[in-house]
Amino acid sequence: MDPTAAKYIGAGIACIGMGGAGVGVGTIFGHYLAAALRNPSAAQGQFGNLIFGFAVTEALGIFSLLIALLLLFAL
Amino acid sequence: MDPIHQFEIKNLFPIAHIGGYEIAFTNSALFMLISVLLIALLMLGATSSRALVPGRLQAVAEMSYEFVSTTLRSTAGTEGMKFFPLVFSLFMFILVMNVIGIIPYTFTVTSHIIITVAFALLVFLTVVIYGFWKNGLHFFRLFVPSGVPGYILPLVTFIEIMSFLSRPVSHSVRLFANMLAGHITLKVFGGFVTMLGALGFLGWLGAILPLGLTVALTALELLVAFLQAYVFAILTCIYLADAIHPGH
Repeated sequence: MDPTAAKYIGAGIACIGMGGAGVGVGTIFGHYLAAALRNPSAAQGQFGNLIFGFAVTEALGIFSLLIALLLLFAL
Repeated sequence: MDPIHQFEIKNLFPIAHIGGYEIAFTNSALFMLISVLLIALLMLGATSSRALVPGRLQAVAEMSYEFVSTTLRSTAGTEGMKFFPLVFSLFMFILVMNVIGIIPYTFTVTSHIIITVAFALLVFLTVVIYGFWKNGLHFFRLFVPSGVPGYILPLVTFIEIMSFLSRPVSHSVRLFANMLAGHITLKVFGGFVTMLGALGFLGWLGAILPLGLTVALTALELLVAFLQAYVFAILTCIYLADAIHPGH
């Protein structure tokens, strides 16, 4: 296979990993919203935990995007 | 139309030559200097009058102080307030650099991994050094969670150590990759506008869609710029809390 074509295909495949992060971030915000609607007074206190969970999950999607960017521009 | 071109480091003027390497004042250094000046002006200007009923500028400074101190107190406790200067400077510096980077024709300092790695290593080394200085060898309790059955403990300890060691990597790559990816996306959509605009009248009609998306993405980038500065600060607080209270 042409190495350039393989590079672009690899970058595309690497981006699939972001789907998993999307599911994870959606789960986190969805559950936060569901819990916040049940008990709105406790919601503000958990905002830090929400952002922490979001950051840790989102990092994994960003890693796969980083691999795609490295394949496209750096290698 | 190379979307990576905007991250190029340019030498503005050379400062010195050390061991064959050129030490120069770059556009990255220029925008760091601008950020520091902006923050210093904001804080000095806001605290010079010290009115009981704050004006607009003083309210901004008080809000940023309250915001960071509430985050730090809720994650690391009152003991963590001795790290307030570190967390507050990191938060303000990253926030201002991120927000300045959204303005067209400016340079985003935080889109270079060397900058974010320096921040992340600063936090990591502060946690390790302060943790050992305050707790001594009890700091290793961080890697041995209580209430775990003995036969699975070696595995859990191994995972805890690996997750501790990978902290500076994820801490720095998160900020850097978010800024990089956001700015590349903006550039790609801006490229669509010029490509379609070159096609003539029908192309102009088609170019409205990516143009609107660019505006929407800029708004999203503003959110991301704030959120990533906040995430960096809150992760710093959580890591510092580990150094202050290593037992789980």
